[in-house]
Amino acid sequence: MRGRYGASPWHLLLLLCSFALTAYAGVRLLSGDWFGIALWIVGAALLHDLVLLPLYALADRAVSAVLPAPAVWINHIRVPAFVSGLLLLVWFPLILGEQTRRYERSTGLSADIFPRRWLLITAVLFAVSALWLALRRWRARPGRAPEVSP
Amino acid sequence: MSNPPHLGRGHRTPWRSPLRGPWLTSVFGLVLLVGIPVLFVTGLLSYAAYNPDLSPVNDKTPDKGLLGFYLFSWPTHPSWLYGVNQGVHVTLGIVLVPVLLAKLWSVIPKLFERPAVRSVAHGLERLSLLALVGGGLFEFATGVLNVQLDYVFPGSFYPLHFYGAWIFMAAVVVHVALRFPRMVRALKGRDLRAELRTPVSRTRPEPPDDTGLVSPDPAPPTMSRRGALGMVGAGSAALLVVTAGQSIGGPLRETALLAPHNREPGRGPNGFQINKTAAGVGIRARDMGSDWRLVVRGGDRELVLTRQQVLRLPQHGARLPIACVEGWSTPDQRWEGVRLADLAALVGHRDRPPGVLVESVQRHGSFRTVALRDNQVRDPRSLLALKVNGADLSPDHGYPARIIVPGAPGVQNTKWVGRLSFGETL
Repeated sequence: MRGRYGASPWHLLLLLCSFALTAYAGVRLLSGDWFGIALWIVGAALLHDLVLLPLYALADRAVSAVLPAPAVWINHIRVPAFVSGLLLLVWFPLILGEQTRRYERSTGLSADIFPRRWLLITAVLFAVSALWLALRRWRARPGRAPEVSP
Repeated sequence: MSNPPHLGRGHRTPWRSPLRGPWLTSVFGLVLLVGIPVLFVTGLLSYAAYNPDLSPVNDKTPDKGLLGFYLFSWPTHPSWLYGVNQGVHVTLGIVLVPVLLAKLWSVIPKLFERPAVRSVAHGLERLSLLALVGGGLFEFATGVLNVQLDYVFPGSFYPLHFYGAWIFMAAVVVHVALRFPRMVRALKGRDLRAELRTPVSRTRPEPPDDTGLVSPDPAPPTMSRRGALGMVGAGSAALLVVTAGQSIGGPLRETALLAPHNREPGRGPNGFQINKTAAGVGIRARDMGSDWRLVVRGGDRELVLTRQQVLRLPQHGARLPIACVEGWSTPDQRWEGVRLADLAALVGHRDRPPGVLVESVQRHGSFRTVALRDNQVRDPRSLLALKVNGADLSPDHGYPARIIVPGAPGVQNTKWVGRLSFGETL
């Protein structure tokens, strides 16, 4: 059944249906600035897979390499950095003031609170993580009965 | 495949996380399998809410063809329908960002698998995966940028996000059809509750298999699967907390620390959320002054009314919210004004009034002309409002008069109304 195609005929049928819909929506999507739009779609995948992901993976490795043992302490950097980075990734236009004038003229609100708030949230995240680490170390101090590893 | 995949000749894989494997990928996949259809359906509903099939002025994707097959008359009951739809669409989309990133992280070794194309089937599937990943990231990126008014994408948001959604979903359906059985097998292969009790010291890689996800050269674990799921969940929870309040309003609005509509613009009767300020769309004092007239047309009849004359028509009240496509909304406000049905009657449409074309005196900006359907005109809560919460409308809320219709997208509640043409929606 698989033959030289490499999968069942259902596989081919499913993909052809999908591509037909993609083409139907695609000619409409690309009727404007087709090059810019294609660049955005392909670029989004490439930017994520070949830039963003390798960058954060390398950053993670770099932090692990310089941190003292035990290795699990890296999570006290990793988790707040991840959450803070995520907030920046989603809300960067407001945080970095990309469209301050448009935002203020649209909403009647001032745009200057966002960078301060993001920095404060980031500070709180790292502070909570540091306190948690301190608590873990205190509980694991010599002389205390070893507890079940978390 | 019996041999572990390598990057080129003699290189060990750079993807060494011991957490990658079909089970972890399947957990993220399952969350997206529930969430993405909700995003798609709420997105399609939002398009229907504009009543694009009523009039070209409502339709930013007029060449939609068969993709508009499902359109229907948007109801006016319940009045919170559009607010909830958009609150879910935008907030859920934002909350799913970490899950999407985690899913992509978990499958990154597949991008570099060798041979890159094993067969025609495999090649076509990888092409579909480009539409899946590129289309998905495009949808999330355009949505996230649009709610922050950062219109850097190449074109108008509406066609990009609408047609992009169909391309993304065409690829999602293929991906689900091809991977669903494997996902179910993987999820059955490990017990979630046992996994949530496994600390980092007892975390082991998933057994080697033919998915290409499990690292052939795993590093020692520094995080448990419980930790990884917890971290992604914490990311989603953080995004939920700093976002959701703008859709709920009241005291919770202030909790939306990073969302665009996280504070009221002022105090008093008019101190609720604004989408476009008068200054922002070029409304001048004389557009709202004593020279302002309301033109009401129906067939060959036309009335020109001053604000005083509009105020002398029977006034009615309605408690209605404003809800924006961008996901934020206000709680109910107390609007007062003239029923659209009463205005239709003034120009001869006494029973069963038709739809209406509403034109603003606004000079630029999209949606300064919108068409409302007959069911919207006939709802007794649909008003040409002159007052809100007991006071005259402020300039930013559309003085001298604005439309308020239950359940309609905020942008169709036209401000600074200059002309109403009943029966002229096409």
